[in-house]
Amino acid sequence: MYDITIIGAGITGTFIARELSKYDLKILLLDKENDVSNGTTKANSAIVHAGYDAVEGSLKAKFNVQGNKMYDEVCRDLDVPFKRIGSLVTAFNDEELDTIQCLYQRGLANGVPDMKILSKEEVLGIEKNLKDTVKGALYAKTGGIVGPWELAIALAENAVENGVELKLNSPVTDITKTSKGYRVVAGEKNYTTKLVINCAGVYADKIDQMVNEPTFEIIPNRGEYNLFDKSMGGLVNTVVFGCPSKMGKGTVILPTVHGNLLLGPTAADIDQREDTRTTFEGLSAINDHAKETLKEIGFQDVITSFSGIRAKVDTKDFIIGKAEGKVNFINVAGIDSPGLTAAPAIAEYVVDLIKESKETLGLAFGENKDFNPRRKPSIHFMDLKRSEQIKLIKKDEAFGRIICRCENITEGEIVDVINRKAGATTLDGVKRRARPGSGRCQGGFCGPRVMEIIARELDLDMKDVVKDGKGSYILTGETK
Amino acid sequence: MLNYEIVVIGGGPAGLAAAIEAKKNGAEEILVLERDMELGGILQQCIHNGFGLHVFKEELTGPEYAERFITELKAMGIEYKLDTMVLEVSKDKKITAMNREEGMLSIQGKAVILAMGCRERTRGAIRIPGGRPAGVMTAGTAQRFVNMEGYMTGKKVLILGSGDIGLIMARRLTLEGAEVLGVSELMPFSGGLNRNIVQCLEDFDIPLYLQHTVVDIEGKDRVEAVTIAKVDERFKPIPGTEKRFDCDTLLLSVGLIPENELSKSAGIELDRITAGPTVNEAMETSIEGIFACGNVVHVHDLVDWVTEESKKAGRNAAKYVAGELGGSEEKISVQGINGVRYVVPQEIRPENLSGKMEFMMRVDGVYQNVALVAKNGEEVLRSVKRRHVAPGEMENLVLDFESIESKDLKNLTIELVRQEGA
Ligand SMILES: Cc1cc2nc3c(=O)[nH]c(=O)nc-3n(C[C@H](O)[C@H](O)[C@H](O)COP(=O)(O)OP(=O)(O)OC[C@H]3O[C@@H](n4cnc5c(N)ncnc54)[C@H](O)[C@@H]3O)c2cc1C
Ligand SMILES: Cc1cc2nc3c(=O)[nH]c(=O)nc-3n(C[C@H](O)[C@H](O)[C@H](O)COP(=O)(O)OP(=O)(O)OC[C@H]3O[C@@H](n4cnc5c(N)ncnc54)[C@H](O)[C@@H]3O)c2cc1C
Repeated sequence: MYDITIIGAGITGTFIARELSKYDLKILLLDKENDVSNGTTKANSAIVHAGYDAVEGSLKAKFNVQGNKMYDEVCRDLDVPFKRIGSLVTAFNDEELDTIQCLYQRGLANGVPDMKILSKEEVLGIEKNLKDTVKGALYAKTGGIVGPWELAIALAENAVENGVELKLNSPVTDITKTSKGYRVVAGEKNYTTKLVINCAGVYADKIDQMVNEPTFEIIPNRGEYNLFDKSMGGLVNTVVFGCPSKMGKGTVILPTVHGNLLLGPTAADIDQREDTRTTFEGLSAINDHAKETLKEIGFQDVITSFSGIRAKVDTKDFIIGKAEGKVNFINVAGIDSPGLTAAPAIAEYVVDLIKESKETLGLAFGENKDFNPRRKPSIHFMDLKRSEQIKLIKKDEAFGRIICRCENITEGEIVDVINRKAGATTLDGVKRRARPGSGRCQGGFCGPRVMEIIARELDLDMKDVVKDGKGSYILTGETK
Repeated sequence: MLNYEIVVIGGGPAGLAAAIEAKKNGAEEILVLERDMELGGILQQCIHNGFGLHVFKEELTGPEYAERFITELKAMGIEYKLDTMVLEVSKDKKITAMNREEGMLSIQGKAVILAMGCRERTRGAIRIPGGRPAGVMTAGTAQRFVNMEGYMTGKKVLILGSGDIGLIMARRLTLEGAEVLGVSELMPFSGGLNRNIVQCLEDFDIPLYLQHTVVDIEGKDRVEAVTIAKVDERFKPIPGTEKRFDCDTLLLSVGLIPENELSKSAGIELDRITAGPTVNEAMETSIEGIFACGNVVHVHDLVDWVTEESKKAGRNAAKYVAGELGGSEEKISVQGINGVRYVVPQEIRPENLSGKMEFMMRVDGVYQNVALVAKNGEEVLRSVKRRHVAPGEMENLVLDFESIESKDLKNLTIELVRQEGA
């Protein structure tokens, strides 16, 4: 019997799992997908928000500001790319100047440090590629960018190293109450557990309703993006938000932690929860916004488009707490933006919530004496000093062989991410961890080579290597 | 630090021909660097016929064509390194490369020849909407899987883009037992060679949908269906014209881009239209002593022209090393206008002109009964009739500079002129 079962290995579930792994508990982390971080956590703006967006007094405001502060330490411990590059909300007319004033005030009320209203000259001093018609901006020094899936993957790896059991390809289809807790049916297996934490993203309402009376409903809402080649990454230096309006939160122009340029997102309610298609209209709308904001931008350098689904609820705030009348079922639902930013604070809060009823639950909550907050640093060969590169190749020849020619990723780096805990087993899994295929050619050259390495390391047939999900086969057979 | 007279980056047909020709013209220490496990470049995966008609006057497969050059290169004792990735080229011709056995390499060349070829445009570059399941791949990647590794990449296939690789893969996959449902092309004409349209599509009854593009891709894990629609003159899909195909694969053959990351970081000037370095009559780039040839300069459709162009680069690199290449400041620009999209070389130095010189170019649309007209200022130098020109077929024009006084050269233009009454 498990002490705690966490459903969903997105940023919320992995943060909670890692936080709980500091204690001597038997923890199970379940996800229906073939890899961790394959829900909303793999497709969002990747911004660590400063915290002036959410309404004062909301859970979003509280956890956003707290979470933001926790980012430096966790990203350092887990060796995850994170940069506090600051953020701007731009104003192009008087109405928007009023709006940024309101945001500034709200930021103060939420406890956001280091904000400033900038003049036109000051804005253009930071972002010279913005149109001269900009009138001012709200600057927040604490705004940052992170590798969202890198973080979730690192958390999962660290949690597993500290004793958490991770089971992938395990869709939870049923939960029933037992005398001591619950029986969870996932991927045709039964697991018994004292406590369930529901972090199932866009399916959080479905999981909740397996045992509880309906109290909330998830409204899936899609955001689409265009991602540009690294040659465009220097177009902006900070996270540049358009001004929020009645039409919705503004579109963002930002560099990613890897130096690409990201434009997006749109916002549209959709019918199917996992419909991550992109649309002609959506992608055009994003580009139009960029044209209105920037002096000049070319779209020939778009290397890919994607979309992510927000798990919206009608109260517009996070739903975090014990299900009505239960101490052993905790919902962490409605985690749309700024969920990524808030996740570390949410995790601490949830752990405190469980500790409150530890006696009732029969959980000792002793310390995990072997807990190690750090993980083995990841290797980015091209970022190393020449002397270190030479040393590494001497130690392992695989670092002397470039597999991804756009990003210059070596075989050694790919082998490393496959052989870690919660390691990569798929083409996209390798891509999210080590980046081969993330560049200009989008895996055209290196895809077949990476597949060979996966097959070799995991002892699979080439034909059984998949792109992402279990059914996403790439090869259909052999030639005549 | 290793020292060579000429370092060639890329061991495809361009690099091979350039290295061989440089040696024939007196260069001694030549090194070819190739990131793949074998020489030959993209030709190694082109197992179809149709190479060498101009150079060897016979029809060879890609690997056969490459083999002739590889054999010659080896016989001449030219050095090469395989599985070796060039990471950087500097203005002063220092090259950083890496491989498993030797680790990091620093190599100084007196001259450098860039012959990195090109890469395929991907889905992102053309913003196809829809889902992102497995089963969407470029035609070249599929070609590599099928021809070199013996794997099939789909059973029911739709192809977007009528570039040559897509057309050739339509035939190849059909012969391998897959069902090719059609080829969708955005433009009102195909981007491929006419002979490929006939031999790869028409002979197999594969429909070509001109002015059509993909508007949706369905499937979570693997492609389940693809929808195409007709587009208007501004390339916007026209509602109501959708056609949905049940298929498991979408191949993209939507263009090739010269591979110029190294050139960019060296600070070499690139031509906006070809996306390759601007070159002069010696195939020399904007940096003295760095030459370029083949698909890295502009995308060719026939390897024979790659070979010719690369010999020129090799010959001139050898001259440069021997101090025999004139480096005069005086330059004449060569421009394509009125229907001619670009001309290579983009620049000539009168000092180095001797006799005949060949220019390569592409037109911007399909035209019947036209003339390619080369002018020096207002003066017509040469006019050559063409019954049919198309963007998919590279054109060439030879000008004879023997009779022209170099002081009279102003700027050269090449344009299309419609023939009256034809
Ligand atoms: C367009 C967009 C932009 C955003 N931008 C930002 C931003 O810039 N900054 C920010 O802070 N936040 C942002 N967010 C919000 C942030 O991405 C989310 O809040 C966060 O990723 C949610 O993480 P999660 O773990 O709750 O959900 P998810 O990542 O969706 O994880 C849920 C997991 O549960 C699994 N699961 C679901 N059902 C089952 C089942 N039945 N059995 C087992 N497993 C199941 C799923 O497979 C999934 O892995 C954005 C969101 C979107 C959509
Ligand atoms: C599918 C297809 C079908 C074709 N069909 C025909 C046909 O029927 N008839 C015909 O005549 N022509 C055909 N061609 C055209 C012809 O094959 C090409 O024009 C020719 O191969 C281009 O030669 P290249 O040397 O410029 O480039 P490539 O052959 O691409 O060679 C470039 C080489 O440089 C290497 N390289 C690049 N960067 C680096 C680096 N940083 N470090 C080390 N090495 C590097 C690459 O690995 C590659 O081997 C076809 C082309 C294709 C793609």
